Amino acid sequence: MKTILTVFLKEVRENIRDRRTVINTLLTGPLMAPLIFVLLINGIVSRELDKAEKPLPVPVIGAENAPNLIDALTQYGVIIKDPITNPEQAVRDQEADLVLRIPPSYADAWKKGEPAQVELIFDESQRDAQGSVSRLRSIIEGYGQRTSSLRLVARGLSPTITRPLVIADRDQSTAQARGGMMFSMLPYFFILGAFIGGMALAIDTTAGERERQSLEPLFANPVARTKILLGKLGATGAFALTTLLLSIIAFSFAGQFMPTEKLGMTLSIGTHFAVLTLITMLPLVFLIATLQTLAAAFAKSFREAQTYLSLLMFVPALPTLLMSIFPFKVETWMYAVPLVGQQVTITRLMRGEAIGSAEIALCFACTSLAAVIVYFITAHIYKGERLAIST
Amino acid sequence: MIELKALNKAFGEVKAVDGVGFTARDGEITGLLGPNGAGKTTTLRMLYTLMKPDSGQVLVDGIDAAVDPIAVRKRLGVLPDARGLYKRLTSRENIEYFGRLQGMDEATIASRIDGLSKALDMGEIIDRRTDGFSQGQRVKTAIARALIHDPRNCILDEPTNGLDVMATRAMRDFLRHLKAEGRCVLFSSHIMQEVGALCDRIVVIAHGRVVADASPDQLREQAGTPNLEDAFVQVIGSAEGLAA
Repeated sequence: MKTILTVFLKEVRENIRDRRTVINTLLTGPLMAPLIFVLLINGIVSRELDKAEKPLPVPVIGAENAPNLIDALTQYGVIIKDPITNPEQAVRDQEADLVLRIPPSYADAWKKGEPAQVELIFDESQRDAQGSVSRLRSIIEGYGQRTSSLRLVARGLSPTITRPLVIADRDQSTAQARGGMMFSMLPYFFILGAFIGGMALAIDTTAGERERQSLEPLFANPVARTKILLGKLGATGAFALTTLLLSIIAFSFAGQFMPTEKLGMTLSIGTHFAVLTLITMLPLVFLIATLQTLAAAFAKSFREAQTYLSLLMFVPALPTLLMSIFPFKVETWMYAVPLVGQQVTITRLMRGEAIGSAEIALCFACTSLAAVIVYFITAHIYKGERLAIST
Repeated sequence: MIELKALNKAFGEVKAVDGVGFTARDGEITGLLGPNGAGKTTTLRMLYTLMKPDSGQVLVDGIDAAVDPIAVRKRLGVLPDARGLYKRLTSRENIEYFGRLQGMDEATIASRIDGLSKALDMGEIIDRRTDGFSQGQRVKTAIARALIHDPRNCILDEPTNGLDVMATRAMRDFLRHLKAEGRCVLFSSHIMQEVGALCDRIVVIAHGRVVADASPDQLREQAGTPNLEDAFVQVIGSAEGLAA
């Protein structure tokens, strides 16, 4: 035990003196996620709010053909702009989001009670313009609805005659769930934080030590190699854990500055969330540290180890990616799979859903088991003759 | 005392060490001489249990390395061919780390470092970070680190490699100092002068085999030439890979 502690303390002391490692552990790793989130959420919120409340400028051709329609549009916040000579070209060149054209035949058709046609010129592939297009469309359709009701009343008929069917929306998602959907990427950022925090040490303590030719003298000491490995894993895990801890704290803090309630969402990121997230992530941090050390033990040089570990970093992105593409139902077995279990647990915690302690225990136990298995593989590699030899 | 008996080690098809056996006694300096690539480093690596021999036996003070490698390593002070230091630690911290791994208490470590620092003339560098050390300063730190636990048996793989003239002379004095303390000193070299000047006993290795095991005088006698250099060339068969 004393040997393990000696190795652990030496690795911690040595790496704390490396400014780049410390910056990665204490700043880049933990702050990246909350920062990206605040930026992302603020962007989404301000865009949504913009779309809903801002006046909608629309170039109109032939406004003089339908003064009543133009009045109605103005009432609903549309700003009538001067006509454009070549509207199709303007839309294609993205000079205008959309153009409304009222043909001269409009007035005639309107008076005769025939369907009067207006043309909406837009580009379907322009995602940015879609909000404006659907807004203008619903304003025009609303105007048509009201006119039709008035005409029916004028003929002594009930306006309901044209509306045999109505749909009432009953959205069952809770405010937390809507927030959680948006934050399904969050577990990945926590996992990524742990990756970044442990990476420098995993490389430095194995591939780096061999490249600097200090592993052979180290192994000449009268201690079992597994004890040296445990000390090194402990140090790598400690750095990764620090990153994770700071990352959770930073996120809980940043959560207060996210204008999520404007989007009708609530996030549960209080103490309860932080503690349970930490518990589920704890074995994963050590699984990652061990995996990183294993990959670094295979590498012949520092540079090669960096390449392996960068590739390894994509692995935790897979469940996140799959889960955001394919809608899924949470099943019990998912908690037993490392990475997926953490993903599911953290996502559910954020959505404010209750998780049984059995599920959390399952997640904890299975990930711990995986960490132990990877540890034994790494220990086997560590005992190998080739590991220490630098040349 | 170190006894090697009929050691064999092959890497794939290549027989790096082929039946090497010799004894290094306490209070003597034993030199392991051979051209580059003769199998010196591999032999020493099997001695300090970094590698397992395919066959043969290693005994250190009578303890079998295959049975109790940790007890064997406890009795050895090893300066391997690879002697990297931790650059972000000071010379003293590097040495302390190995002292703690040897299971020594802090007070003993401190007093041993004082002694070694004097013997190796490290006063100026002992509390400096090892980043930027000269080759000589690095070797001094590596030796102090290897000998922190006051081992009876000292193994040094090419200790003067890369050192300048002054540092080499100091190193030779230090090896004699270890011998005077009654330790068993085993070092390898491909430099004939050095081995001839220092050793009580010379083990010459070529192509993974021991081709001579004698005192310098015996070696000269055996070869029938008063010049040690000629004697070496004669027992090895060629001067390739050796340095005067």
